Amino acid sequence: MTTLDQLKPGTCGRILSIDGADGIAARLREMGFIPGAAVRAMRPAPFGDPLKCFIHGCRIALRSVEARRICVQLEG
Amino acid sequence: MTLPKRRVALIGNPNTGKSTVFNALAGLNARTGNYPGVTIEKKLGNFRHRNQSIELIDLPGTYSLAPRSPDEWVTVDVLTGDTSVSEPIDAILCVVNATLLHRSLFLVSQILELGKPVVIAINMADVAESRGLQIDVARLSLALGVPVILTSASRKQGIELLKDTLNKVVVEHSQATRLRPLPEAFYAIRESLRSELDAMVPQAENRVDDYVLERALLDEGSESICRIEKHFGSGSRGAVHAAHKVLCETLGIPADVECNARYAWAAKQLEGALQESNTERVSWTDRLDGVLTHRILGLVIFAATMLGVFQVIYSFAQWPMEWFEMGQDALTEIVCRFIEPGILRSLIVDGIIAGVGGVLIFVPQIALLFLFIAILEDCGYMARAAFLMDRVMSLFGLSGKSFLPLMSSFACAVPGIMATRVIENRRDRLATIMVAPLMSCSARLPVYLLLVFAFVPGTSYLGGWITLPGLVLMSMYLVGVFVAIPVAWILKKSILKGEPAAFVLELPEYKWPALPVVFERVFQSCKAFVIRAGTLIFSATIVIWAAGHFPGNHETQYALEREIESLSEQVTMDEQTEQRLSLLQTEHNQESGRLLEISLLGRSGKIIEPLVKPLGWDWKIGVGAIASFPAREVIIATLGTIYSLGGEVNEENDSLVAALQAAKWPDGRPVYSLPVAISIMVFFALCAQCVSTLFVIRRETNSWSWPIFSFTYMTVLAYLGALLVYQVGIRL
Repeated sequence: MTTLDQLKPGTCGRILSIDGADGIAARLREMGFIPGAAVRAMRPAPFGDPLKCFIHGCRIALRSVEARRICVQLEG
Repeated sequence: MTLPKRRVALIGNPNTGKSTVFNALAGLNARTGNYPGVTIEKKLGNFRHRNQSIELIDLPGTYSLAPRSPDEWVTVDVLTGDTSVSEPIDAILCVVNATLLHRSLFLVSQILELGKPVVIAINMADVAESRGLQIDVARLSLALGVPVILTSASRKQGIELLKDTLNKVVVEHSQATRLRPLPEAFYAIRESLRSELDAMVPQAENRVDDYVLERALLDEGSESICRIEKHFGSGSRGAVHAAHKVLCETLGIPADVECNARYAWAAKQLEGALQESNTERVSWTDRLDGVLTHRILGLVIFAATMLGVFQVIYSFAQWPMEWFEMGQDALTEIVCRFIEPGILRSLIVDGIIAGVGGVLIFVPQIALLFLFIAILEDCGYMARAAFLMDRVMSLFGLSGKSFLPLMSSFACAVPGIMATRVIENRRDRLATIMVAPLMSCSARLPVYLLLVFAFVPGTSYLGGWITLPGLVLMSMYLVGVFVAIPVAWILKKSILKGEPAAFVLELPEYKWPALPVVFERVFQSCKAFVIRAGTLIFSATIVIWAAGHFPGNHETQYALEREIESLSEQVTMDEQTEQRLSLLQTEHNQESGRLLEISLLGRSGKIIEPLVKPLGWDWKIGVGAIASFPAREVIIATLGTIYSLGGEVNEENDSLVAALQAAKWPDGRPVYSLPVAISIMVFFALCAQCVSTLFVIRRETNSWSWPIFSFTYMTVLAYLGALLVYQVGIRL
């Protein structure tokens, strides 16, 4: 188990949980970051932040502070 | 026979082609306005189909109906038919992205809970088809219980069917049953809360919608609880908290419960209705992203794009702007031919024509900038630009979305502030609007050039590659940027404090920009500027004209003008006439200077002299600064008038440079020195001397407090900056 920001570009994972009940957590959830969803890390922006991932058929950019709140299970 | 007009709200996720659907239905027939008290733009379109006229209300793109700010509440208020915000609607048209059905149904599940007639348009069907996605519309429609139409709005496919369906739905106007996608236990808690609250107010005539109650239960600490309190009284807060606690105990974390339930519901609706062929295709978007967001190449392309945009705005906007100026001059000449010198002519030429010109001069820049913004946004690059620049902009406490508006403000803050509409977070948007006028716009350049040219010694370094005037000019541009960083930071920590904004941004698939959407956007921005900001800019110009004109007896001035004009009309000009003409010109300029000195404007310059003396200024510079509050470039003409050179001077005018260099205090010391010149430049760099900007801020924020705040903080900052520079400068 790790967090989304630790996922290396190209690797896949399955979301286990999202930390928190504030606006940011709500935003992440409504954009598809929900337990059980498959996620693939993609190459981040030039300065290393924000990160980029592929979820529900869509590319989403998010900052690493936000990605740190998403727990994922690594998948092969 | 015409049927009564019906109202349909248009809603959808961002990047679903919602604006293309709006355009395909209503064409260019849109009106924009503001909702009371918020910064959300209200956009209405009308169309008529088979005798039924329909008003389309375009709502901002959103991923869910869980409002956290007053801006986001507008959407819920319009949909639930809150009468304080808008008239009730007859139906909801929800646009979803055919390629992202699972996620799109999240929003749909919330909309179906409102119990309003709903039509779903699955847009970008052509893209989905080319990707091997097969959607069984009949099956999905049956599962959702509402009409579902496949459309490709950019190709105008499915639009007729969509119109037919909307007609049918608004006429039937059947009360739909509210969907219950969440666990039944949740609805039981909500209903018991409902009866508890209803008991608190006898016979509520304006019933709070069940959905508002639902949000209060699900989103802890959001504004929904305040709404409930406002309606049901102070006792209601405790009741909601108690119900929330019960909810947590029975079902777990409400946010998790909601999302899991909605996504599970969405997956169930799509069972059998969506077929994905498993052909692994090479995605163009990923290939393009490989280049456009590449570590080095991506940044190079980004810099080149930005440079290109501003180069084009700078150079192409020059032509129409020159035409406007030529038109203005031609009009002035015609007026001068038919109207004798006098107050009427002065009002028309210096007040009305100058005022209208002052509005129109911005239009080419606004049109060009919005042309680029609309193209870049519609093709998907704008999201990448925000992605690339987010790290840099986070130094300002802002996000990547603020980059383009701030960059545009170097050309002109007016289109820059209008461009902040791409920032959906209200606090980020306001912070961006507040610092945008600190970026040195093109109107400051003449002031810098005049003073640099006159007072900065042309010392050169590094074998002539770098010169002191060039360095000073560059520092003036940097002053604004370096001041903007702490200002934005402080704003975000103080008056714009709140929950940190999430930077969670969808990077849509690249596509060709839809031209109707692009042109509509350009047209709407120009129209909104001319109509709403333009009238105010015009009035302010008239006010400053009056302040410079009254009181004072202009008879001598008019007589001189008449004589000059009759002499200039002579066909042959001998030496004597020429001498006489130049003498009259000097006399006229002196008279204009005298009249300005005794005018309200001149008097206020004298009054504020003690205030500007610590900056190293005399009253003449004070007058120049006051007269430049409507538009900073006015200072050149004002200084020209005060130094009796006539109003028609520009920054390259040698006589103005000479006059400034020769200006003396009563005790014989020269007025202008390097510290004074730099103090004036710093003042102009930081001061909010632009009514257009202030009125655009008023329009975009829909409140007077923001422009007043902006004006105050910038003027104070400008004064302190100029004071610091001068006081340090004279001691070096």
